[in-house]
Amino acid sequence: MKKIAFSFQNLSFTHANGKEALSNISISASAGEAIAIIGSSGSGKTSFLNLVATALRPSRGSITVLNVDPWAISKGRLQRLRSQLGLVHQAAPIPPRQRVITAVLAGRLGQWPLWKSVLSLIYPVDIAGPQACLQKLDLADRLFDRCDRLSGGQLQRVGVARVLYQKPNLLLADEPVSAMDPVLSDLTIQVLLEDAQTRNACFVASLHAVDIALRWFPRIIGLKDGEVFFDLPASEVSESLLQQLYAAERGVIPTQGSIN
Amino acid sequence: MTVIRGITHRRDPAALQRFLITSIALAILWPMMELAQFDVFALFEDRKLNVFINFLGQFFPPDLQRSFLLLVIKATLETLAMATAGITLAMLIAIPLGLIITYSLSISRIGPASGHWLAKLGRYCARMLMLLLRGIPEIVWALLLVRVFGLGPIAGVLAIGITYGGMLAKVYSEILETGNTLPAKALLISGSGRVNAFLYGLLPGTAQELASYTVYRWECAVRASVVMGFVGAGGLGQLMDQSMKMLNGGEVSTILIMFLLLVLLADYISLVIRRQLA
Amino acid sequence: MNTHPAREFCLKCLVTLLVILSCIAVSFIYLSFNPLALFTKQAMSDVAIYTARFFPPDLSPLFLKKVWDGVLQTLAISALATLLAAIASLFLALPAAGQFGHAPKVMTRFLLNFLRSVPELVWAVLMVLAVGLGPFAGTLALCLHTIGVLGRLFGETLENHPQESTEALKLAGASKAQAFIYGALPGVFSQFLSYSLYRWEMNIRMATILGFVGAGGLGQILYYELSLLHEPQASTVIMAMLILVIGVDMVSNQLRRVQMHSLG
Repeated sequence: MKKIAFSFQNLSFTHANGKEALSNISISASAGEAIAIIGSSGSGKTSFLNLVATALRPSRGSITVLNVDPWAISKGRLQRLRSQLGLVHQAAPIPPRQRVITAVLAGRLGQWPLWKSVLSLIYPVDIAGPQACLQKLDLADRLFDRCDRLSGGQLQRVGVARVLYQKPNLLLADEPVSAMDPVLSDLTIQVLLEDAQTRNACFVASLHAVDIALRWFPRIIGLKDGEVFFDLPASEVSESLLQQLYAAERGVIPTQGSIN
Repeated sequence: MTVIRGITHRRDPAALQRFLITSIALAILWPMMELAQFDVFALFEDRKLNVFINFLGQFFPPDLQRSFLLLVIKATLETLAMATAGITLAMLIAIPLGLIITYSLSISRIGPASGHWLAKLGRYCARMLMLLLRGIPEIVWALLLVRVFGLGPIAGVLAIGITYGGMLAKVYSEILETGNTLPAKALLISGSGRVNAFLYGLLPGTAQELASYTVYRWECAVRASVVMGFVGAGGLGQLMDQSMKMLNGGEVSTILIMFLLLVLLADYISLVIRRQLA
Repeated sequence: MNTHPAREFCLKCLVTLLVILSCIAVSFIYLSFNPLALFTKQAMSDVAIYTARFFPPDLSPLFLKKVWDGVLQTLAISALATLLAAIASLFLALPAAGQFGHAPKVMTRFLLNFLRSVPELVWAVLMVLAVGLGPFAGTLALCLHTIGVLGRLFGETLENHPQESTEALKLAGASKAQAFIYGALPGVFSQFLSYSLYRWEMNIRMATILGFVGAGGLGQILYYELSLLHEPQASTVIMAMLILVIGVDMVSNQLRRVQMHSLG
């Protein structure tokens, strides 16, 4: 029996301003799967990921993440659950004046006691670990630089390195390669996929570029207007399906490097 | 760099700097604590702690006897009067002093005049005087003036007048200098006197800011008046000093409550006046 | 384009002005203070005689050493008080910014307001009662008052700071404290430092006068000498106070100019 990574049951989510982002979604994913979520802007990709990451609470329906309902457990257990969830944000949420090494080390804060976190500020408790993560992303030479000295794409990679360092059991990524050129995007997605496989972790990424999704991910979920338009293996995703998915954008299918 | 299993581990380059800073900080911290006689254990010395806790215990309930409340209200009025009279005196000092200092009213700067260096000297002396008035805290002035004029609010009024006079003069001159100085310059060039140039050239534009700052200073003066009472300058402060010396916690807490109300009142009044002036 | 007639007759302004003037008059009357009495021959000669007693100031090496110790003690009191207050405020900034919920926020803000509103001198008197005469009381008093000031400033800064970094760390399982240290602190630290240094400057001024109620520093020396009617010694102490305050003012102006340069 394969372990379930996460599942939605009749889940709907409405923003505070009344706009319904997701309606009546029932879907599940097992451990070790790699899923790409695609759809035009406003289709609900970010809300989907935020719900799995327990950043948002469903308005209707229920959700289980790593076999627990995150909203039915104590704060302490939720904190421990979250330390097993890694989310790569679209815009790396890193204070500009922080150094790269501290930013990456922050990935394990959920697993460290407070004294260790404070000690690490004085002298980093682990230099080899972050260095290895950054090396995979070709960024090891910037280990001790300040984050405000990095370009947008480099900062995004630091965000990825932080999640790699965290070694989560459920990897989520919200448009992780939006600021990168095609070569770096491929490298980053590959690194994330490999990392997820070493722990048999489920990996879900929302992507703007359809070509990357089709190239690397065996399962594709297409969201349209807050609903699941299709949920198919990559080989069964046809051109016409994609055109219907992006009908709002006049059927132009976005690829890496295109401006949409 | 150490090499283990083919992977080079780097050292944190900021480590040395942090170590040095921490060492220097610790080296200063220890003598600093000695100088300030920072002995935390004195806090828990049995005898003193009991007296203090007893004293604190008396804070509830506050003393609300009619006779005492009358005393407190009288003292509060005295404090308010002290602050108002003090600020008035300060303005009387600050206005001429400020006018002397303000560059934009300087006639000698505009054209050739024999008294140029004299005016500069005058301005320099005025600035020095201002520094002296401001530099010495008002409570020191109060302490000295109490010895000349005796205990009571008069020393407080004078102390506020002197220090705040210096403060107001500096800020007035800054406001006048950074305002729109063209009208005043125009008047000076066409031969009007300094005072006229001020009244017709600078005052209209800056009046609101000047008044606003003065009212703000009045609010500070209310607080300062209370503090000066501790050296004998009357008002709420002197009352509190007496009550504290007698370890009467109930009276002290009444006065403290009154003080907090007074500060709120002064805050409100100043807000109202400033809104009226707008 | 100003289409209003020049300066309409403002009744409100006139009324306000009259009210203020009458309050001023009432104040002078209430205090039975006739300012002209200051300028009588008797009063002026009293002042002149008293002032003359202050010169020449006592510049003997023994007393100068005492005053120098007083200066160092004043600096130590202010520095220690500000340092401890800054550390305490760092902790209090979290509840004050609402990180632990609404009720702790209200309670913390109330506590901080109370600490702030009570003047430093009043705290000093209370601390002298608690721990006895000397600079320790002064340090505690300044520390308590400064916690009120810095705690509120830190709390407001933290509240207005963008929360994304902190929230992201919480989503990865960090505790509130950890999320603050790694997410918000790097951004607000320089502002906190700036507030603390500014407060230290003001505390030096305060520390010089807390001694009047027995809390150490130059103030205690001044009070002592004046009580013994040692005017020459008192004038030395006053000069030392002036030099200290002006010196600190100049140094901080220079540092501010350097900081401006480095930012630009």
